[in-house]
Amino acid sequence: MNYDFNFSVIWRNWELLAQGLGLGLFLALVSIAIGCGIGLLAAFGMLSRHRVLRWIAVAYVSAIRNTPILVLILFCYFALPQLGIALDKIPSFIFTLSIYAGAYLAEVFRSGLVALPKGLREAGLAIGLTELKIKIHIIIPVMLRNVLPSLSNNFISLFKDTSLAAAIAVPELTFYARKINVESFRVIETWMVASLIYVVACYVIAWFLRQLEQRLAVPR
Amino acid sequence: MSPILTITDLHKSFGDLEVLKGIDMTMQKGDVVSLIGSSGSGKTTLLRCVNLLEDFERGSIELDGEAIGYRHEGSERRRLSERHIARQRAMTGMAFQQFNLFPHMTAIRNVMLGLTKTKKMAKDEAYAIAEKWLERVGMIERRDHFPGQLSGGQQQRVAIARAIAMNPRIMLFDEVTSALDPELVKEVLAVVRDLADDGMTMLLVTHEMRFARDVSSKVVFMHHGRIHEEGPPEQIFGAPETDRLRGFLANSEM
Repeated sequence: MNYDFNFSVIWRNWELLAQGLGLGLFLALVSIAIGCGIGLLAAFGMLSRHRVLRWIAVAYVSAIRNTPILVLILFCYFALPQLGIALDKIPSFIFTLSIYAGAYLAEVFRSGLVALPKGLREAGLAIGLTELKIKIHIIIPVMLRNVLPSLSNNFISLFKDTSLAAAIAVPELTFYARKINVESFRVIETWMVASLIYVVACYVIAWFLRQLEQRLAVPR
Repeated sequence: MSPILTITDLHKSFGDLEVLKGIDMTMQKGDVVSLIGSSGSGKTTLLRCVNLLEDFERGSIELDGEAIGYRHEGSERRRLSERHIARQRAMTGMAFQQFNLFPHMTAIRNVMLGLTKTKKMAKDEAYAIAEKWLERVGMIERRDHFPGQLSGGQQQRVAIARAIAMNPRIMLFDEVTSALDPELVKEVLAVVRDLADDGMTMLLVTHEMRFARDVSSKVVFMHHGRIHEEGPPEQIFGAPETDRLRGFLANSEM
């Protein structure tokens, strides 16, 4: 193979790549925040005593988990407007990614809830707390601390999934990489650098999340 | 003097299994009653009914003159609202076999939670009360430790402080030393005894026969969901009347 590496076009466009990375992180952060809310509701739904709630939650989780994320993205962006729900590219993608994250987190939260000793709830009842206050002050904070490592993994997956937003022209890292590639024909350099940025970003995020896990862990 | 606790004809089943088959019992203020009996006799279930952690199908429990858990409309018996039941639960304090401290909160925040969230006290007021009770159970120096950093005996003392800080009319102890290593039993029993000496009304399920004998004003022996024999500790342990109780005591460590 005879190939002259030339990275200059990449360096010239570093600002675009940085912007793209920033947007990807932003999309993942917003989506996991909304996804946590959805996931909590769905997890409590799956464990509910009411059959209808249980059924709705289970249907949501299995429908989303069994659909490829790219299909979800395209469905929300192209099909929903036909049904009267038109969202811009970025809100549409955040909507999709949140729904998607919610379904996966629902499973994480559900197993976290099931694993809690039932004495915690009873101890809350015994000091006169209502079920809602027990959830807010005891069950959810303890469960979240226990599932924090899975939450971190989910966040990293989600961040990588933001590259799929390029499919609907959301200007994140992959979108700009493709743009640079098309304009410069420096195929190898472009995709090498893009991959490298993802790898480094994921490592940094993982390191940061581990620090967070240690700070929030229950001391023992 | 009107009794603080009146249990009348209490029945409770788990599915087809009837675990309480008509319990009648009264307690006066300051009474210390120990429930003894083999496992499956219904003593823990009885305790949990008093705290409404279990429903019951028939009979009634009155706490300080107030019927708890249910109300009657004509011949209909209805469960009270969740909020109402929560308020009634706070009238009793409960210490569990497994302590059940909230693992994400320090000792003092464990004690404060019921004060600030159930009793809506201000933080500093709750803090002062929590300090007072942690002092009382000998845990004041560990107030900022998390449950995971405490021994079983220490956790149980914090759990007792958490229950009693709510100023309950009656304290319920559910085998509070059963999950403890033998060398930690003493410190917890000392706390319970201290509260008894102070005039706290207490209902306790225990396997510590010697302790039951020392601390109780009355001992109740349960068998197959019924009260089989009851009386002052000297009588129950010194002169048991039924074969069943004699057999039970012979098999228990004294």
